[in-house]
Amino acid sequence: MVIISDEEIDLLLDDMLEIYGYDFTEYSKASLRRRIQRIIVNDRLTSFAEFRYRLKNSNDYFTHIIEEISVNVTEMLRDPGFYRAIVEKVIPVLTSYPFIRIWHAGCATGEEVYSMAILLKEAGLLHKSLIYGTDINPAALDKARQGIFPIGQLQQYSRNYIAAGGKGDFSDYYTSSYQLVKFDESLARKMVFSTHNLVTDSSFNSFQLIFCRNVMIYFDKKLQDRVLQLFDSSLEHFGFLALGTKETIRFSPIASNYSQLGREKIWRKKS
Amino acid sequence: MTSSRPIIIIGGSAGSLQAIFKMFTGMQDINHIVIILVIHRSRGADQGLEEIITAKTGLPAKEIEEKEIPVQGCLYVCPPDYHLLFEKDQSFTLDYSEKVNFCRPSIDVSFESGADVFGSSLIGILLSGANSDGADGLAYVREKKGKTIVQNPEEAQVPYMPLQAIHRNIADHIFTTAEIRSFIGELRK
Ligand SMILES: C[S@@+](CC[C@H](N)C(=O)[O-])C[C@H]1O[C@@H](n2cnc3c(N)ncnc32)[C@H](O)[C@@H]1O
Repeated sequence: MVIISDEEIDLLLDDMLEIYGYDFTEYSKASLRRRIQRIIVNDRLTSFAEFRYRLKNSNDYFTHIIEEISVNVTEMLRDPGFYRAIVEKVIPVLTSYPFIRIWHAGCATGEEVYSMAILLKEAGLLHKSLIYGTDINPAALDKARQGIFPIGQLQQYSRNYIAAGGKGDFSDYYTSSYQLVKFDESLARKMVFSTHNLVTDSSFNSFQLIFCRNVMIYFDKKLQDRVLQLFDSSLEHFGFLALGTKETIRFSPIASNYSQLGREKIWRKKS
Repeated sequence: MTSSRPIIIIGGSAGSLQAIFKMFTGMQDINHIVIILVIHRSRGADQGLEEIITAKTGLPAKEIEEKEIPVQGCLYVCPPDYHLLFEKDQSFTLDYSEKVNFCRPSIDVSFESGADVFGSSLIGILLSGANSDGADGLAYVREKKGKTIVQNPEEAQVPYMPLQAIHRNIADHIFTTAEIRSFIGELRK
């Protein structure tokens, strides 16, 4: 195994910032180290120097690094209890809006976005909704656009669907062939996928509901606070912010203008 | 940077909870040490593992929160479905990346990250379990001059996991839970 020192990680982060304009300097170093070591192993590189040389001299290799450094692990209807709260406490509020705009920031391959579309459809709201899915990883977004997922996890997803309070039959939403399932086009028609970097890009619309789950755990406190400000400025009055199971806005400057929905990781903007 | 206060990471899988109860029940306090538990469990289930541990052992236990910096006197429990990493300032990072050895949390991941940060102050303890997670990480703990302890397989409910480490010859000590318990007590001095 090629072991990388903290100083070497800093060198790489400087290169990525200076040459390509991607700023990872406020990410968890412990997590970055694992990702970089993983790339070096998978690509069978023999040294840190070789990795750095490729990074500095090849655009294509940098694209590959972005794809591999980002953790794209995701699931449909992960944490059914959370989605049940969305169905019971958030969606009823959305009903009153003539037009619903939702943002999934850091949506990876889109499973979360399809989950939300299904829940909106069952509430009879999908036709007046638009769901934005953004990520820094363009390859993940390509997969999201296709709505094609491996069949392996479908059983788990069906269980999640039932536990989340799904009203229909989960299998009505996809067709399967071989090892893959394709989700219904009617869901994808209400989605827009585009790259957006939470570190450097600004607000691009206003929303009634923003999801950002398991993305900010990779950020240091300063960056977390900045990103939360970005969400705050992108949320309408009385809008909702939904985070991952282990995330909180409690210690951030925006906290005072939000109230939490019980013990759920969902906060509502007060004004 | 290596700190001088000892840090213990305990990894376990099937059968390890019993061992943990035996080790800590009746211990007066653990004010001299930071203890972190990375235990495999099915997600959703055992939501309140920390409560069970406190109820059984009488020691304070809490589920780890991201960015928290551990202090002595408490048993820290890794939440299900996240890997646990350590930053240079010794704070915790929760990481939702691919499973390792089909596990999240993976014991290997925490041992390796802990060894990078704590070096010779780290004590890695591997308990009962039915898979091979933990052995690679323990080897790395040792490489970084930390101490490695493996539960005596004759006593372990499921000896497979301890045996993986023992066969690789990376255990400084092979201890029963009673011996681990007195080892932890000795650190007080
Ligand atoms: C672990 S996934 C979370 C996926 C999904 N939200 C969930 O919880 O299942 C984290 C995602 O955040 C993305 N990400 C990381 N840094 C980002 C940034 N600066 N801007 C936007 N997305 C980012 C990664 O590419 C990855 O797809």
